[in-house]
Amino acid sequence: MGGVRWLLLKDLQILRRSPLQAVLLVAYPILIAVLVGFAISRGPEDPRVAFLNEVPEGTRINVGGQELPEANVRERICKRVECVFVSDREEAREKVASGDVLAALILPADLVNKINSLSTLTPGVPEVEVLVNEENAVKAELVDDRITALLAEANLEIAQRIGAEGSRYLKLLIDGGEFEVLGETIPILGLRAAARILQQVTPALPPTLRPSLEEVSEFAAQARDNLDVAQPLIDRLAQPIEVDKVVVGGESPPLEIFAIAVAATLTLAFVVVLLVAGSLALEREENAFPRLTRGLVSSGGLLGEKILLGIAVGLVVTLLMLLGMRIFVPLELGRVGLWLLAILAAGAALGAAGAALGAAAREVRAVSLLAFMVTLPIAFLSLVPSGAVSPAVFDLIRYVTALFPFKPALEAITAALDEAGPGIGEPLLHLAVLFLAYTALARLALRRFAAV
Amino acid sequence: MRASGIVKRYGDREALKGVSLEAGPGELVAIIGPNGAGKTTLLSILAGISRPDEGAVDSSNGQVGWVPQQAALYRRLTVEENLLLFARLEGHENPRASTEEMLELTGLRERRGEIVARLSGGNQQRINIAIGLLSRPAVLLLDEPSVGLDPRQRARLWEFVSALAGGGTTVIFSTHDIQEAERYGGRVLVLADGESLFDGSAEELREAVRREAPESADRDFETAFVAYLHHRGH
Repeated sequence: MGGVRWLLLKDLQILRRSPLQAVLLVAYPILIAVLVGFAISRGPEDPRVAFLNEVPEGTRINVGGQELPEANVRERICKRVECVFVSDREEAREKVASGDVLAALILPADLVNKINSLSTLTPGVPEVEVLVNEENAVKAELVDDRITALLAEANLEIAQRIGAEGSRYLKLLIDGGEFEVLGETIPILGLRAAARILQQVTPALPPTLRPSLEEVSEFAAQARDNLDVAQPLIDRLAQPIEVDKVVVGGESPPLEIFAIAVAATLTLAFVVVLLVAGSLALEREENAFPRLTRGLVSSGGLLGEKILLGIAVGLVVTLLMLLGMRIFVPLELGRVGLWLLAILAAGAALGAAGAALGAAAREVRAVSLLAFMVTLPIAFLSLVPSGAVSPAVFDLIRYVTALFPFKPALEAITAALDEAGPGIGEPLLHLAVLFLAYTALARLALRRFAAV
Repeated sequence: MRASGIVKRYGDREALKGVSLEAGPGELVAIIGPNGAGKTTLLSILAGISRPDEGAVDSSNGQVGWVPQQAALYRRLTVEENLLLFARLEGHENPRASTEEMLELTGLRERRGEIVARLSGGNQQRINIAIGLLSRPAVLLLDEPSVGLDPRQRARLWEFVSALAGGGTTVIFSTHDIQEAERYGGRVLVLADGESLFDGSAEELREAVRREAPESADRDFETAFVAYLHHRGH
């Protein structure tokens, strides 16, 4: 144990002596972590879209001869995207081509007329124009998604307004009221009142006429009742399916907590894996490994010292990062015990994985590259949610990520940060198993190299 | 130190083929041979780093200090920090006193605070040897200690090593420089392709070379030695 203490001191001296390396080791993962954290928590900014409205001012959608209230299309669209108003098509085209805007949305002058023609015998096809610059696949996908969502929303809005007007007419037919045509108010009796009048006048009629009138009265009542049923149907027509979300599993913490957990785990993973792998490889690069293991310290002791170094530095960096994040997001300090537990367990498993990598290579540079090549893809794969890829690919990703401590470390830290998250027990057990497995692998690798 | 019938195999290749060696206190033994002869393998077995497949090593008289060919020290630490670290790892009761002793012995007291990476190869080798001496070994094993040193550094190194032997330390060193072996080795062990060809004094080696490669007798010793190896099938 004495030897381990002096080796630990030596590694810290070396770390202190290479300030640039130490700063890079800590700053780089924190930079990546903060970027990932922000990317996950903030969501995409509103895309810039050029907007050209050629529809003449004051033109309204007309249903059954009645103009619908103004739809405020401009305000609605510009709530979803950052509108860049352009004066003509040429300007819109230029802005898209130069990349100043993601796309251009043009509402042609005849758009409302074509919508109005839908209720005529010669319906047109209302179209809006979208200009895009599909310079890369991601951008093209983004534009498609945004514009499709925007148009779906516009269609829904129009359908709802038409439905509402239909309902109003139906109500007028059933209950009666007043109807304005060409500035004149026409009173509408309504089926309900008509049936009532018929019922009132029936006793005064000669008996021979009563059955016929009773038939008319019965029809009025049936029509009233059935049209009452039709009203909710018209209301639902615009949006026949509603979403009733039921959470059946995977309790999730707030997004910003998850983002902080991702950032903290990413930092911890890079610091610990790189430091442990690098410092173990350094023993070999400096040719000190055989000298040390000739009785000064056992190979198990040497591995333990490196993992301890990773845990200690990882703990300090991650704790500082979490405390720094408290400035932006409220993190419960009462759970700091769980933070420590999660960081220690994650640090130990990540350290063991780093030791296995470090034992497998002779040079610090090679091992650093190896550590990046392993940690970075695994970290990103661990963030792929179920449903984002096909089930078979997701199963494969699940098995691969279960073999590396990043995912259980993320789960443990998420659970430690927020009580709304998943339980901490399972990830801690997972980390313990991985710690034992990677330590055994590292010992094997060291023995193999020592024998060469 | 006594080693008998050492055999070491790497797969199908036999790196050492039954090599034996014996060295007493204060003796300076040179192991010489061309590259790939098995010198480093033999020294690493004597040091206990590798295990022989056959044969035995006995070093019951005390600790064995090992100085690898490439300096085994931390280049980002200072001279003093390196010595202090290894003194602590060796479990010295007073590691600072041991460090001072080694600084004195290596003549690097004035440069104790310098980062090792900034020192010359010769000075790095002196620290490398000093670290090997920290275990206060009865036997010191040096693997090609003068490689990469200029003549002046080399002379200082051998002066240092000879003083150690003079103090009773058994020194076994490997080299591929026949003149170095002849000049500093009290005894010379010739290895070629893992086989022990000769074990005796430098003078006896000269005699053997003259006897077995007479056509090169009037040439310089190195050329005659190469001819001798050729005659022996290597």
